[in-house]
Amino acid sequence: MASTTPNSTQPGSSSSRFTASILAIIPLAISLAALVWGFFFLRDIQLAKDSNIPQVVTVLLAIVWGVGGVVLLFTTANFFIEQLSDKWIRRLQPVLFVGPAILMLIWALVLPTIRTLILSFYDEASVNFVWFENFKYVFTNDGMLIVFRNNLMWMIFGTLFTVTTGLLIAVLADRSKFESVAKALIFMPMAISFVGAGVIWNFVYSVKPVDASQIGLLNSVVVFFGGQPQAWTAFFQPWNNFFLIIIVIWLQTGYAMVLFSAAIKGVSSEILEAARVDGATELQVFFRIMIPQIMGTIITVSTTIIIFTLKIFDVVIVMTGGQYGTSVIATEFYRQYFTYNNNGVGSAIAIVLLIAVTPVMAYNLRQFAQREVF
Amino acid sequence: MKTNKMINSFIINGVLAIICLCWTVPTIGLLISSFRDRIDINRTGWWTVFPHKDWVSVEKIKPGPEVDRNQPMTFEGITATFEELSKGIETNDLRIKWIGNRRVGYLDVQKYGWTTATNFSLENYKQVLAGDDYTATLADGSTVTERGDNMTSAFLNSLAVAIPATVIPISLAAFAAYGFAWMKFPARKMLFALVVALLVVPLQIALVPILRDYVRLDLNGTFLAVWLAHTGFGLPLATYLLFNYMSELPRDILEAAFVDGASHFTIFTRLILPLSVPALASFAIFQFLWVWNDYLVALIFIGASPTNQLLTQRLAEIVGSRGQDWHLLTAGAFITMLLPLAVFFGLQRFFVRGLLAGSVKG
Repeated sequence: MASTTPNSTQPGSSSSRFTASILAIIPLAISLAALVWGFFFLRDIQLAKDSNIPQVVTVLLAIVWGVGGVVLLFTTANFFIEQLSDKWIRRLQPVLFVGPAILMLIWALVLPTIRTLILSFYDEASVNFVWFENFKYVFTNDGMLIVFRNNLMWMIFGTLFTVTTGLLIAVLADRSKFESVAKALIFMPMAISFVGAGVIWNFVYSVKPVDASQIGLLNSVVVFFGGQPQAWTAFFQPWNNFFLIIIVIWLQTGYAMVLFSAAIKGVSSEILEAARVDGATELQVFFRIMIPQIMGTIITVSTTIIIFTLKIFDVVIVMTGGQYGTSVIATEFYRQYFTYNNNGVGSAIAIVLLIAVTPVMAYNLRQFAQREVF
Repeated sequence: MKTNKMINSFIINGVLAIICLCWTVPTIGLLISSFRDRIDINRTGWWTVFPHKDWVSVEKIKPGPEVDRNQPMTFEGITATFEELSKGIETNDLRIKWIGNRRVGYLDVQKYGWTTATNFSLENYKQVLAGDDYTATLADGSTVTERGDNMTSAFLNSLAVAIPATVIPISLAAFAAYGFAWMKFPARKMLFALVVALLVVPLQIALVPILRDYVRLDLNGTFLAVWLAHTGFGLPLATYLLFNYMSELPRDILEAAFVDGASHFTIFTRLILPLSVPALASFAIFQFLWVWNDYLVALIFIGASPTNQLLTQRLAEIVGSRGQDWHLLTAGAFITMLLPLAVFFGLQRFFVRGLLAGSVKG
């Protein structure tokens, strides 16, 4: 391993080091040039209306360029840096390691947050400064109030049911011989996209006229018990939101279950046994001993799911498109920006979303400040 | 005491089995339906593939052209009009029903009994994957030509997006995590606090400013646009998780390597990366599933360009424009789920580990 490092142990004469660093720029320059060429090539064939290059070739080139480009840049840039003097290596290597990630974060998250904040104080075309007009609209408009009510329903019921079912399944599975099979089945929906889940549940909810035979599972059960078939996601506002929330419960319970399962296994079996010997019932053991012991995990899971439901988008868009009183913050954001082209209100909604997660952000930062690693 | 235990275990396994059944039935229904005939899907529930009691065809009678379909007709000793026959007429244990339209239809003599509806084929998949027109033969012999749905091309595009959008953020995050864990540089703590703060920032806040940059660079609609966006959105969690893992690697291994004169780059590529494979794998699966299943980012940065669309976009488009074409929706949905489910079942162990180490994704 030591033999591969030309840098720190063998100080060459300063002139040979200078030549080496000049020469070492060449691979870096070549790979940069190749990447830039690939960038224009890929961009243009992808945007061209009638490209005669087969799609498989484009796809393969894109993958090679994207994956290879990162490796190539890091390697050649490091090769260049290691030809410099020790002082410069110590200065530049951290920049090479941490710099790209920080730059990406600043470009993709930090600057956009500031830009969105600025846009939220301007009118719909981002021309005139309107102070808090957009926020006033967001918090007083009747449609927006329905949106907030829906998100509140999502956050409360989605979290409540996900956490309780996840906990129930984790406890049951912990005592069953079929633990791994059961967990895999409950967990499987996590691999399915929201759009796919939307299709699955649209099919479960699908409705046919009263005199035809129902092909949707839910309506056929309802008809079997003598009820009327219903369009579940469209009627009974606002309760139709529940039929969308069920989908997310279905998707996320697996996550809750995995975390609870691990937490339950961490509860000391001696304490549980001691309680049982002292005559505690299973319910008492569960509520008085198990729950307090895994409270930390319950809070983590609840926070994750609250944040998740706060940003819920795909499920609503695919199931109802936000119609029938099911619109939520993220779908309303999309509608304001891309349907109505209202940059001001769209940005204000995004800022509201950001404000809603700041307590969690503050909590994370406080936890971080207490860590001893730094 | 012993019987008590058995009853307990019976109840536990019973409740668990019922929950598992509820959880899997929606997906099973979709899977079964995707193989059923297009007409059958819309006429009967997918559960009719299981044995059940229904009217079963025992004989088909093709009325000749001489039969006047506008007058009452007589078959098997029953006289009835076309309208009555299409509803079906029951006699004793038989039912006679007119299938199809007035001109080319036929009479079906049916008996009530056990049956299964197992008319399975791959036709739905063929139509969803076929790029151009697709000709289907209906039950009464007529044919319809419909637009297929070019999911093959969308599948390739999804690969072209998902692989680099997984590798790029992990590479950047791995370098950064190493830097934060093992290098000394100014503002180290502040920069890592930035990473932590960005963990929960909703990506909605970034979409429009990034979109504006892309429009200026003429990047909108390209794979690169989606890679970079996913890289930015995935980086905080990736850096955070990998840092947690790398900073807990034993310090003496690294110090020994430093004494031997190894550079940071060598230590990183030869020592730390191989040791971090479990953490890298669990985040890779996470990010891959996230990108593959993403709809919002693709919707905004790829947009409507049909040649570059991803699987989730195509599927959402079928939902929007052909929402009652269940033969397309079921097969299409299953195609989008194929790879994630394979990854999931193949690498479940890593996935679970990632979840347990994970925090909140922004």
